[in-house]
Amino acid sequence: MKTGSTNSLLIKGGHLIDPAAKIDGPMDILIEGGRVVEVAPPKKIKGADENFDARGLIVAPGFIDLHVHLREPGQSYKETIATGTAAAAAGGFTSVCTMPNTDPIVDSVEWVQWLRSPERSAVVNVLPIAAATRGSKGGNLTDFRSLQRAGAVAVTDDGKPILEDDIMRAALVLGAEVNFPVVQHAEDTRLTENCSMHAGARAFRLGLRGMPAAAEANIVERDVHLAMQIPNSRLHVAHISTADALKEVRRGKRAKTRVTCEVTPHHFALTDDDVRDYDSRYKMNPPLRSASDLEAILVALADGTVDAIATDHAPHASHEKEMEFERASFGITGLETALGLAIAKLSKEKHIPLGRIVELFTAGPARCFDLRGRGSLGRGYYGDVTIFDPKKRWTFEAVKSLSKSKNTPFDGWQLTGKVVATIVGGRVVYGH
Amino acid sequence: MSAARGSLLGIEHLEAAEILKILKFARRMNPDKPRPLLKGKRVVLLFYEASTRTRSSFEIAAKALGAHTVLIQASGSSIEKGESLLDTGYTVRALGADVIVIRHPNAGAPHVMAQYVDVPVINAGDGLHEHPSQALLDAYTILRNKKTFKGLQVAIIGDIFHSRVARSACHLLSKFGVKVILCGPPELVPEIAATLAPGVRVTRHIEDALRGTNVVMLLRVQKERLSGMKINLPDYIAHYQMTAARVKAAKKDAIVMHPGPIIRGLELTGEVADGAQARILDEVRNGVPVRMAILARAVGRMR
Repeated sequence: MKTGSTNSLLIKGGHLIDPAAKIDGPMDILIEGGRVVEVAPPKKIKGADENFDARGLIVAPGFIDLHVHLREPGQSYKETIATGTAAAAAGGFTSVCTMPNTDPIVDSVEWVQWLRSPERSAVVNVLPIAAATRGSKGGNLTDFRSLQRAGAVAVTDDGKPILEDDIMRAALVLGAEVNFPVVQHAEDTRLTENCSMHAGARAFRLGLRGMPAAAEANIVERDVHLAMQIPNSRLHVAHISTADALKEVRRGKRAKTRVTCEVTPHHFALTDDDVRDYDSRYKMNPPLRSASDLEAILVALADGTVDAIATDHAPHASHEKEMEFERASFGITGLETALGLAIAKLSKEKHIPLGRIVELFTAGPARCFDLRGRGSLGRGYYGDVTIFDPKKRWTFEAVKSLSKSKNTPFDGWQLTGKVVATIVGGRVVYGH
Repeated sequence: MSAARGSLLGIEHLEAAEILKILKFARRMNPDKPRPLLKGKRVVLLFYEASTRTRSSFEIAAKALGAHTVLIQASGSSIEKGESLLDTGYTVRALGADVIVIRHPNAGAPHVMAQYVDVPVINAGDGLHEHPSQALLDAYTILRNKKTFKGLQVAIIGDIFHSRVARSACHLLSKFGVKVILCGPPELVPEIAATLAPGVRVTRHIEDALRGTNVVMLLRVQKERLSGMKINLPDYIAHYQMTAARVKAAKKDAIVMHPGPIIRGLELTGEVADGAQARILDEVRNGVPVRMAILARAVGRMR
């Protein structure tokens, strides 16, 4: 993608919510050379090449998604970096962290550079997460230092867990040395063989083998335990979905360990009871959990145990989803519905303050991966801005999605809160 | 798209009145007195999984109604070459299928088929989920022996977790107020099984299951579906095998049922299988008229 616009852009008349800077009020923002140069009360800043009228709208630091699958290299029939980042922009995300479980696996400097190349035609910032082990085979660690220098922001074997104790310990130790977060897809795959949804009454009724909550919680417990023993280690738990796993994260945080976690919109919007008629748009991993897990997630989102909302955007072609539930691919798309679900489900229904929701999309994720210059709009920060109307009710239509794939359970849902403009480096990449 | 009229995907969402209608119509069906209700119709039997009695029973039923039957088995067909479930469905429809009878190792496969292919779909067993024609023929068999469902208690003993027969039976019996007791070790009969339908409970003790029971339904331990689960067979036999002595713990006029195939010496003794209270072969016999009714219903001729 192009680096920041050389023109200056003044966003004026809007209501700025910048949790990291503790600002929640009317503010104008001037961006020049791709960076924020001034934030000031209304009408104080004058003279820009372009103006953006944000009256009646919320202005926030650009949203950061810590967990997306853009499917390149190798699976461009599902999604490309161009289509995936277009969908991201439509959802208000100015930065997306891409998962390395592509074909081939992103476990080398070359592939990290390939992902970041302008030839990929990304419209938002692509921040690659590299594989933690070579080929994500769970054996030998990758070269964290070189990957980091090439621009990777974290390591993970997402799609599968780092199962072996000594490999996970070694990853956390090396991560601590280079200050690199290790992102864990927490699933004890020994307990989830042939399983396609959460283990519970619904799975039993449907005759589907269920993934027990313990399959997630056991791994998180082990990882938090390891992280507590390794000074300066950084553990990030991807798409956390169970009450018991959240307890472990809380334990780690209380012990001042750098353990962070993310929650997906579908895990705060749906439960396993929503899996009906073998509709594989409700099939993802981790699976939709029980109502009591959802309650625990809501508490954790409000009380700070959860650091970020991440979509786990996982596009699949229709022929990979419209089939036997047990054989269908795991995953749903999520970039364009995240904000609308967060405001509808968290703010309107559960009265979580809008400032906290913005934090979960901005300062929270920036902290998880130490993304310097992002997650806030202080002077000198990147000119990445998300402008949205928090009251706008709208109906999401999957056919109109900018993603190449339409595998979402939220087709036809009425959502609240719509992105009006997405600005990356001072350039409007979505909106008027 | 919703399933075509006449489809039978499961018992769970079938109304009690509809079940009674099928059972009543089945009483008028007799394979030895063919009726041309499906004359000229094509019934495609799509079997992704091995089956003896269900397949032949549907085939005999279809033929007794005057239909042509085509059997497609996973092995030796395009399915083996990687054709998807839906593409097979579209192909079968293009060949002029009037009814698709499907047996599949994945739960919900008939539902997916019915969602996309505009032909009545009959579920002949899908994974661990349901086996509605078996539940209907079992209900038919119970009513031939017990006249009414009222006040009945049915014990289902064995591998409930892996059993589509048990799930369908629980749904059906519960709709008629029958008390259902599920019995077996925790690995095979999880507590959550009691949430299947109202009036269903779980016990670990066979004496508890048999006391006051009118119908004893036995299930096979499905070794092919255990998926790594370890079952101690001698232990299972010691606690749950149906022996002549144990049958005595049930009501005096209790009947013993089993969907088959039976494994003598495992879930039951030969003595029980061949005993006076066994109705295992009656179930097989009753399968034909019940499936005739199901097929007639599929083409709108159950009147």
